Amino acid sequence: MSTTETNKGQPEGFVANAANYIDERTKLGGGVKFIGRKIFPDHWSFMLGEVALWSLIVTIISGTFLTFFFNPSMAHVTYDGAYAPLKGTEMSIAYASALDISFEIRGGLLMRQVHHWGALLFVAAMGLHMLRVFFTGAFRKPRELNWVIGFLLFVMGMAAGFTGYSLPDDLLSGNGLRIIDGMLKGIPVVGTAVSSGFFGGEFPGTEVISRLYSLHIMIVPALILVLVALHMALLIINKHTQYPGPGKTESNVVGYPVLPVYAAKAAGFFFIVFGVIMAISATFTINPIWNYGPYDPSPVSAGTQPDWYIGWLDGALRLAPGNLDMVIFGHTYPMGILVPMVISLVFLAVVAVYPFLEQWVTGDRREHHLLDRPRNAPTRTGIGVAGVVFYAILWAGASTDLIAYNFQMSLNHVLTAMQVLLVIGPFIAFFITKRACLALQRKDRELVLHGRETGRVVRLPNGEYIEVHEPLDKYELYKLVDFKDYEPVLARPNKDGKITAMGKFRAALTRFYFEDRITPVTKTELEEARHHADHDLTQKEAQKSLEEAK
Amino acid sequence: MSDLEKRNDDHENEHVYDGGSAVVPSDKIEDPGLEPHRPRLTDTDPKAAARAEKQVAGLFAVSIIGAIIAVWGYVAFPITGEDLVNTRYNALWVGVGMALSLLGLGFGAVHWAKTLMPDHELTEDRHQSRSEPETRAKAVEILNMAGDESGLSRRKLIRRTMFGALAVLPIPAVVLFGDLGPAGVGDKMRVTMWDRGVRLTRDPSGVPIKASEVTLGSVFHVIPDGLNDLYHKLDEKAKAAVLLVRVNPGVLNEPEDRKGWSYDGIVAYSKICTHVGCPVALYEQHTHHLLCPCHQSTFDLADNCKVIFGPAARPLPQLPISVDEEGYLIAQSDFTEPVGPSYWEM
Repeated sequence: MSTTETNKGQPEGFVANAANYIDERTKLGGGVKFIGRKIFPDHWSFMLGEVALWSLIVTIISGTFLTFFFNPSMAHVTYDGAYAPLKGTEMSIAYASALDISFEIRGGLLMRQVHHWGALLFVAAMGLHMLRVFFTGAFRKPRELNWVIGFLLFVMGMAAGFTGYSLPDDLLSGNGLRIIDGMLKGIPVVGTAVSSGFFGGEFPGTEVISRLYSLHIMIVPALILVLVALHMALLIINKHTQYPGPGKTESNVVGYPVLPVYAAKAAGFFFIVFGVIMAISATFTINPIWNYGPYDPSPVSAGTQPDWYIGWLDGALRLAPGNLDMVIFGHTYPMGILVPMVISLVFLAVVAVYPFLEQWVTGDRREHHLLDRPRNAPTRTGIGVAGVVFYAILWAGASTDLIAYNFQMSLNHVLTAMQVLLVIGPFIAFFITKRACLALQRKDRELVLHGRETGRVVRLPNGEYIEVHEPLDKYELYKLVDFKDYEPVLARPNKDGKITAMGKFRAALTRFYFEDRITPVTKTELEEARHHADHDLTQKEAQKSLEEAK
Repeated sequence: MSDLEKRNDDHENEHVYDGGSAVVPSDKIEDPGLEPHRPRLTDTDPKAAARAEKQVAGLFAVSIIGAIIAVWGYVAFPITGEDLVNTRYNALWVGVGMALSLLGLGFGAVHWAKTLMPDHELTEDRHQSRSEPETRAKAVEILNMAGDESGLSRRKLIRRTMFGALAVLPIPAVVLFGDLGPAGVGDKMRVTMWDRGVRLTRDPSGVPIKASEVTLGSVFHVIPDGLNDLYHKLDEKAKAAVLLVRVNPGVLNEPEDRKGWSYDGIVAYSKICTHVGCPVALYEQHTHHLLCPCHQSTFDLADNCKVIFGPAARPLPQLPISVDEEGYLIAQSDFTEPVGPSYWEM
């Protein structure tokens, strides 16, 4: 090799040289080739997961700032800081350092609020993203595992939120910990040991804040980041789902490339999410811990509320039936704690396993990359709305006192009404939603077969009045007919010629899911309808007369 | 091989899965294919494109201005630790400036992508998530080979002992975490600071309370004498907090074994809710009801603090009280039952 042999034929300039330098040492060119022109489909609802991801990053950035100043110690100090009303008050170092962050560290108050608002948005966006995935059936094969990962992320988000919320050791969050202590103690057999292991002895002890700190800044975020990495990796491996429509099939992806369009949009969107969180944090106070005072087991303020994502669990505690403690063989089973705990865990478990349940019912082992419009899966949509209503009533249950106070109602009546609603609400919601979905499907059929009502009423020569219908164009029409259709199955004998109880159960479930079904319009049906319309002289004449009028 | 042939070939390679109870469409309306592309105004009108370019640049300029506002806010409202108004304005203007700076950049980039970057929809082939048949075959071969070569599939003794060892391995880790909490907390939970002769004092000052100071209808938040001298006083306070109320003695429905636990209509009850441990801090004078603000358990003070509403199950434990020779309220003994949330061993 002679020294005169240079990189001939290669582009020059700073960017090219830099890219060359990096690739020669990292083989990164392959990565750019792999990801650079990958196609992602476009829809506003795909943005919800992105909001979650970006608000997580905002929360990590602001949280890192806070770790430089926060001191998670439960040792006592007498406050002598900038906030006059608490001067001379005895408090933990954790609370004092949270006050210092708020009042004496430049940017501290802002970053505390960014961190809190960001966390609230993170969990909210995850929840909405989960609902989008559920109602469009995006959890179906091959994405069941990614649903479970997403579910774990949601649970981890709540864990991150609660551990962080408790760190300032203020009166409000301390009462939250007291409730956790009460719940842990209620667990049969191991309750006392679990509570002692968490608090390092009797409540509140001197350990819990530093333990929560380890969980909050190390263990939970590490789990979240690993889960996010898996979530993203599977997203790329499986490619993104897309809504059905003309030109979109199970074996293609229609959309825009990562470079440059999505990179610009996604990066821009990160700054928008960050900017919105920043704007809210600059102008709206969140968690004013200085108003609550340091934790003390004796005082409490009326109208206490947890952060929103814990509300449903607090509501479950409130709505639990009273007076049901059971003492069996000298041991206490506190039902006021166990019933809500079991109900919440069962609810979460159903959410986690739903994709597997639905696949077992439909028996459909195919891959699904085209989403369902919610109306085209009426039973699933009904189940989803029933779940939302169940969650929402538990959530509202955490505000029974505020509802009663603000609407001048009896607290006891509000609570009893919530208990009743919790039981019947989901059934009503299921029924209404399913019927609404079927009605919408019928409307779609009607549109496909007979076209759109134009609102133009025409008088025919024979004196008859008729409304002109305008047929849909072929693209719009295809959107309304491209969906999957399932039918109930009968229980079939297995190899030994027996109909098993499980088989019967599955058959019953397929009836529950698919007995009421609206099928997509077929080509024959469409042709018949068009044929009929062609022979419908009145329609034809009406259209003609309209054209003439133009 | 043409592109079309290749694609067909690819699709033939895809695995066929069972559709279960899905109906196989036989008479489906044909896919008309992608909708024709509609050019944007910025694609057809150079003036519109130039305008969009200026808008993007304008948004980026807003971002720069925002950063300047943030720095100005930081300088103009110094945090001295004296004037909290400055703290507030500092957070407000630094935040507003940074928000503008972030939003300008974000909206600029998105506007750029939406108006000036190509918006032609592209189509990419999608394949099943499973690996190619050859890859799968190779993977199976490797796994089998590994099983054979290591002897894992043949040598049962090694396999069983290995799984046994792996199952036992975490046990020491469980032991390591045994010291997360001391043993015997269950016994400590039964005992509070209250004892024969301990004076009832005000929370938080610790000033003893004379029976004569407790007027009819008044409520006192009470801690045991000496609590404030403890270093870990919160642990004791979490068990020993008491609510003291004086009612008309005729109102009280005292059972035989509790006669003498009150003093002239003054009764003392644990303030720690028997549901999950919040302080039962709200007292309604005319109904004699105590309400826990956390989960709304309601206790009837006149009827031995029995639960009349809400998720709690046990009545609030009563502290037997009397008066010492100086007229101060004292406890007769500790609580006679555990305070706070119900638990297994109680």
